[in-house]
Amino acid sequence: MDLFIEQTVSGLASGAIYACLALAVVMIYQAIDHFNFAQGEMAMFSTYIAWYLMDDAGLGLPFWVAFFVCIIVSFIGGAAIERIVFAPISDAPVLSHIIVFIALFSMFNSLAGFMFDFTPKQFTTPFGHEALIEGVISWHRAGMVGVTLIMLLLIYAFFRYTPIGLAMRAAAAAPESARLVGIRVGFMLALGWGLAAAVGSVAGMLIAPITFLTPDMMLGTLLYGFAGAVVGGLTSPLGAVIGGFMVGILENWMGTFVVGSQLKLTVALVLIIVVLLVKPAGLLGRVVVKRV
Amino acid sequence: MASTDMAGKSVPAFLNQNPKDRILVLGVPLPLLERVCLYVLLAAVVVLPMVYDGYDIYEFGKILMYMLAVLGLNLLTGFNGQFSLGHSAFFAVGAYATAIMMDQLGMPYWATIIPAAAVCFVAGFLFGLPALRLDGLFLALATFALAIATPQLLKYDGIAHLTGGVQGIVLDTPYPPGWVDSIVMSITGEELSLDRWKYMFTAFVAVIMFAGAWNLVHSRTGRALIAIRDNPLSAKTMGINTSMFKSAAFGVSAMYTGVAGSLFAIMDEYLAPESFTFAEAIKFLVGGVIGGIASLFGAIFGGWFVLEIPNIADLAASSLENYINNPQGLTGLIYGLFLIFTVYVMPMGAAGLAQILVHKISTRR
Repeated sequence: MDLFIEQTVSGLASGAIYACLALAVVMIYQAIDHFNFAQGEMAMFSTYIAWYLMDDAGLGLPFWVAFFVCIIVSFIGGAAIERIVFAPISDAPVLSHIIVFIALFSMFNSLAGFMFDFTPKQFTTPFGHEALIEGVISWHRAGMVGVTLIMLLLIYAFFRYTPIGLAMRAAAAAPESARLVGIRVGFMLALGWGLAAAVGSVAGMLIAPITFLTPDMMLGTLLYGFAGAVVGGLTSPLGAVIGGFMVGILENWMGTFVVGSQLKLTVALVLIIVVLLVKPAGLLGRVVVKRV
Repeated sequence: MASTDMAGKSVPAFLNQNPKDRILVLGVPLPLLERVCLYVLLAAVVVLPMVYDGYDIYEFGKILMYMLAVLGLNLLTGFNGQFSLGHSAFFAVGAYATAIMMDQLGMPYWATIIPAAAVCFVAGFLFGLPALRLDGLFLALATFALAIATPQLLKYDGIAHLTGGVQGIVLDTPYPPGWVDSIVMSITGEELSLDRWKYMFTAFVAVIMFAGAWNLVHSRTGRALIAIRDNPLSAKTMGINTSMFKSAAFGVSAMYTGVAGSLFAIMDEYLAPESFTFAEAIKFLVGGVIGGIASLFGAIFGGWFVLEIPNIADLAASSLENYINNPQGLTGLIYGLFLIFTVYVMPMGAAGLAQILVHKISTRR
């Protein structure tokens, strides 16, 4: 029973990361109807930036300063990618978009190794790795959940109570009508990308102390993020967050009690395919009816 | 069989099928030009091992191997309109099928190609069944997940007695059969080197499979695949069994990439899970897109491109030794830049560029 509780709590902690990535994926999916396959690599690159800001060989800033600077840099970077790379091909076929996402994936992955070399790096945590409750959860993992929840609340408040959040929702839901009432849809898309990149960077900075910082650290994590987004429903940010936590717990249960740690990624693969086949709308998603 | 065209002139049968035949490039009908290109390429494939030896010819073999892998992706994405970011998985299935047959059953390397192709076809067909229900973007997601899960799956302890787990499998050296050796000996008077033989074997398989793809694309089945890509609904209305053709296309595509995997295992005499990561799937996509995803010739260019770029990147890195510490990072960067460049400037890839040139020349007054 102890093991069960321990695995569930630890699943909640990694679920927090998956929830962040799932949320980032859903934000971009809602804005442009595409999966950002480079989301994980963007987050990884942001984390490298944070590392550079903190490291003694870099700028040597304290953690929380680096944390917020990194979020701002990621926000600007994400918005810039939308404006520079995606805006010109907004009308191109699906394949072109997928190719550009894969191109970004490849570029960020190698750029990180290229600039910061491929050796795994230690990433500091402001919470420390000491146990919060002995045998159940460490301070860092508790911090992960805490930071995620605070961030989610902020994002919820942003979309729910600010005019610009409303404008962004309008631009995503009905771009034509939004444009007619004077919303700059292109600008809103860039904002959405910026937010997604910022959320992703938080996920990267939270998970790096556990996985170590390497160019490939987000590959598996992104897969769980996608699984979370699919389970929760691609059209529902709340669903994505719930889905992310569910996938985190499920991953730990399956890994410990059913298939063993070696098939954890296969669990995500099966989960994605089964949900897409059986309930494509996910838990909270809206069923999209297409007119033929 | 010869028939006559509208002007009453006698023309070969293969020139009489579609409007493309009316396109003249410098007075030569386009299909004829394509055939000439094919024969020139074939001649080049035959001549290469006579000229080159050692690492050079090994590289040419690798190009043909990648050409096959890219061809598989082109058949699926370019001709049937289904996306796959997970072809590294089928590449792995082919490679491991060959390796396990050689390692466990003691089969000779040349006998494993056809069974491995069959295994890959079945694997692809089965994956194609659930893929039927997934639209383009969701199929890309499912195959992305497949590609990422594959290396971990290959390392799984439960099948490690077959796959060799993390260590992988070391394979027997593919020595040429005695009769080939003696024929070469009697003609040239020198022994056939292993590198040359590996190339010849790869080229033999690649040429047969390329010819198969050529015929497939230009057949009734090929037109059905293209019709499904262009308009699934009207294809269905015309009586094409879209589900059957789409799953079969997935099977055939997996078979091509899988046979490339088999050749990969045979040529390198070794394989391990780390060779089948998502990076490999990116390579195939790069090759397909840059060569021209809806083109067979494009696959050849794509195969060359993905093999040559790391070499060029290494060369560039070594000349800038003082500034660049991690040359392996350069390849991915160049891949990415070329992908974006291609999408922006020539969405149909190198083959599309050639087509535009042909069009310019043929309509010149």
